[in-house]
Amino acid sequence: MSTSTTTTPSRWERFRDSYLWYSFKRDRTAQLCLAVFACLVVAAFCAPLLAPTDPYDLRHIDILDSELPPFWIDGFDERYTLGTDAQGRDLWSIILYGTRVSLLIGFGAVILQALIGVTFGLMAGYLGGRIDAFLMRLADIQLSFSTLMVAIVVGAVVKSTLGSAFYSEYAVVMLILIIGLAEWPQYARTVRASVLAERGKEYVDAARVMGLRSKRIMFRHVLPNTLSPIFVISTVQIANAIISEAALSFLGLGMPETHPSLGSLIKAGFDYIQSGSWWITLIPGAVLVVLVLSINLLGDWLRDVMNPRLYKG
Amino acid sequence: MALLEVNHLDVRFALRQGEVRALRDVNFTLERGERLGIVGESGAGKSVAAFSLLNLIAKPGFIAGGEIRFDGQALTKMSERGLRKIRGNRISMIFQDPMMTLNPVLSIGEQMIECLKAHRRISRREARSIALDRLKQVQIPSPEKRLDQYPHELSGGMRQRIIIAIALLLDPDIIVADEPTTALDVTIQAEIMALLLSLCETHNVALILITHDLGVVSQVTQRMLVMYAGRVIEQGPTREIINDPQHPYTQGLLNALPQMATPGEKLNQIRGSMPSLNALPSGCAFHPRCDFTHRSDGTARPACVEQVPEFVISGQCRVACHMVAEMLEDRRMKEEAQ
Amino acid sequence: MIAFLIKRLMHAVLVMFVISVLAFAIQDNLGDPVQQMVGQSVPESERAALRERLGLNDPFLVQYGRFAKNALQGDFGYSYFYREPALEVIARHLPATLELVFAATLLIVLLSVPIGVYSAIKPRSPISRFFMGVSIIGISIPVFLTAIVLIQIFAIGINVTLFPQDISWGAWLNATLSTQGSMPSFGRGHDLVHVVGHWDTNLASWDGIRHLVLPAISLASIMLPLFIRLIRAEMMEVMQSEYVKYARAKGISMRRVYFVHALKNTMLPVITVGGVQIGTMVAYTILTETVFQWPGMGLMFLDAINRADIPLIVTYLMVVGVIFVVTNTVVDLIYGLVNPTVKLTGKPA
Repeated sequence: MSTSTTTTPSRWERFRDSYLWYSFKRDRTAQLCLAVFACLVVAAFCAPLLAPTDPYDLRHIDILDSELPPFWIDGFDERYTLGTDAQGRDLWSIILYGTRVSLLIGFGAVILQALIGVTFGLMAGYLGGRIDAFLMRLADIQLSFSTLMVAIVVGAVVKSTLGSAFYSEYAVVMLILIIGLAEWPQYARTVRASVLAERGKEYVDAARVMGLRSKRIMFRHVLPNTLSPIFVISTVQIANAIISEAALSFLGLGMPETHPSLGSLIKAGFDYIQSGSWWITLIPGAVLVVLVLSINLLGDWLRDVMNPRLYKG
Repeated sequence: MALLEVNHLDVRFALRQGEVRALRDVNFTLERGERLGIVGESGAGKSVAAFSLLNLIAKPGFIAGGEIRFDGQALTKMSERGLRKIRGNRISMIFQDPMMTLNPVLSIGEQMIECLKAHRRISRREARSIALDRLKQVQIPSPEKRLDQYPHELSGGMRQRIIIAIALLLDPDIIVADEPTTALDVTIQAEIMALLLSLCETHNVALILITHDLGVVSQVTQRMLVMYAGRVIEQGPTREIINDPQHPYTQGLLNALPQMATPGEKLNQIRGSMPSLNALPSGCAFHPRCDFTHRSDGTARPACVEQVPEFVISGQCRVACHMVAEMLEDRRMKEEAQ
Repeated sequence: MIAFLIKRLMHAVLVMFVISVLAFAIQDNLGDPVQQMVGQSVPESERAALRERLGLNDPFLVQYGRFAKNALQGDFGYSYFYREPALEVIARHLPATLELVFAATLLIVLLSVPIGVYSAIKPRSPISRFFMGVSIIGISIPVFLTAIVLIQIFAIGINVTLFPQDISWGAWLNATLSTQGSMPSFGRGHDLVHVVGHWDTNLASWDGIRHLVLPAISLASIMLPLFIRLIRAEMMEVMQSEYVKYARAKGISMRRVYFVHALKNTMLPVITVGGVQIGTMVAYTILTETVFQWPGMGLMFLDAINRADIPLIVTYLMVVGVIFVVTNTVVDLIYGLVNPTVKLTGKPA
């Protein structure tokens, strides 16, 4: 017990003391990205407080207000800063709510991926043999089909099986499950690779010689040492999950228009782009890009800082 | 005029934390056909010295000062183009690990021929026959076959033979060998070393041998440098240094050789380890590990802590040590008094 | 070589088996052919008889065996919507998708190698920094959004009035930043040249190529930055290797060091990743074709999902599976030819 509680925080603290924090303090891009990302997260989760209208409440929506332009274009309405969408919903409010949905699915899916992937990766790397061969072959096949393809197929099949109405009602859960199941191989591979690297080291032998059980060795001793690669890919995976969700929603396999995410807002707006109302699709699009970009840049920075191959003393 | 002359060579690495001085004030000369050893622990700057000769130090390293003259030309002032004509042609190199040195996706023949074609206007066929000739000289079995093979098909010893063959391709004036046998099996180390030595003799090639193995240096070289923390601390004829080392560090190195130990007793180690280049001790960099500077109360002598030692001449050697300087001064005073 | 091919073939068969079981399970659970064949009015007893005759009451394995046997003979059943053999429908849509993928791949290969290599050789130059910045933005924009933005700029046109129109530079800026929007953004156009069978090509006429431009750029837009970054990272790592240092010490020209010694080693992992990305590319065709109404397999698949055209969905999955298996085998072969340490016996030496 004492070994595990001292190894985990000491490794973290070593990162903070030596390089992670130091590098963050000097890197303007990383600071800006974290600030932007934090703003978006806070704004999204405070949507009910910040949004002037409740876009889910049909009583506030007037179809006569539809396709009003944002404030810098002639003909805008003072009530709607960023204009309105085709149904007359305030774009600013619906984007806040939509970002919340996107983030919720993104984080939920990544947590699920990590749970499945880390467990399988630890099993494959630590137990080896047939289990390893089976899990990695499964991961290979799934990856060679690409995660988005798997998500689309699973989404299509689930939607056909359960029916559109049911699927729409539980879309958030469905999307978390689909994206979570589609992307676990990324985690499993990363974790397996670092487990294999760690397994050869003395402390694992020492733990085994001391008579600890393999489950305990895996979770208490090996896992803490694979944390930094997990942390690095998690940022990229959140960005990927948000993009995947947007893609599924864009294909009509995701969030319904009554309860839109950023992806379904873009899809809904796309139908009106030919009529000149570009803002309905491009403003949510811009928000999506800023969100994903800030996460990707943070991920890049993290990888540069934490990658042991790049960071040598 | 010496074939190679290195004066006050100063190499630095521009790191995030600031500049680190990897080499300070390195001076030596090399005559045609001479064999020079550079000795020191890992991190002493031996390899940096070797790579800086042809300005091959990887970024963020750079030559910050000093001069390298080869055959009358200042390499330190030469353009990349000019240097390229010398690299592999008049000065060739042998790297440490033959497993990493050859490009895994190019055939042996390709890697030999490209070197010839880079420096001579000859046809592929001529290049191939020269390559074959050199492979025969390094006594590789079935040399014809090797030209079409890839590095992974050959053992470490064979690969190092091929690298020696490449080094000899263009009849260079100097071969710089950076720990040429360290990565090999102990059983073939002597074989490869003997091959390198005999080829250098028959072709009259000067050799700069970088190693941490004092035994090899004493057998192969005529003169040697001992390096510590980026500085030369003792240099002179090999025999003289091996027989009568002046610097406490050189003495320590020689005492640490297994042959010097009494059976049944512990090997004589130098205590502590080499300081990191960005945290060098003040004064003489060796003083925290030096057995001689410490007096009965455990403190080091002030001169060793405060001042970087200058070179003093002792016999045919140059030594950078306050203790040796004082000793020589004492002796001179005594001689004068007599 | 033969051993390698046999090993690959066995792997391919295994993968196809897994895919076919999955596809069949989907069909078995979702499709009710009886429902599709007869109307609502047919009595239950007659349906049961039909079900028995079609073998729908047989055990799962027997039914799968029949499915697999038919599939091997190219019989994947009838599309509910098109009322013709599903494979026939796919064959009609396949050329459009392949041409789109071909054009996008061409863009990716032609651009990613030079840009990746340049930014690895000169990582600090402003041009490299620019490309790295653009590529991370490129990765962050979903394919369908790139497509929409391209449509807005080049097909619909934008009219910039941001700068004061009454000052000359303002008017000039407005005019420069505004676009005409004359590029086609819908379908393949009408000027297609018939090649053979179902294959009408976009590549043989000016109008056809114009129709191909925006979809191809969109499809390439995520892969391109991905490959630029991958090639750059791998190349920078290779440049640190001992053999590149040694090549320099031999005095050979930097051009040869970069393009023979470094690039060949850089391409090995790039080829592997390229094989994996083929799957992603197919997934992105669904998105790109949806935005541009490009009449390929992707758009057909999405329509099939919306129409619950189960046989067509299942056939699509099987065909895509075959495409993956074939391309992955080809990629492995290329890898084996480039990398001498892989003997084509399948065992790394």
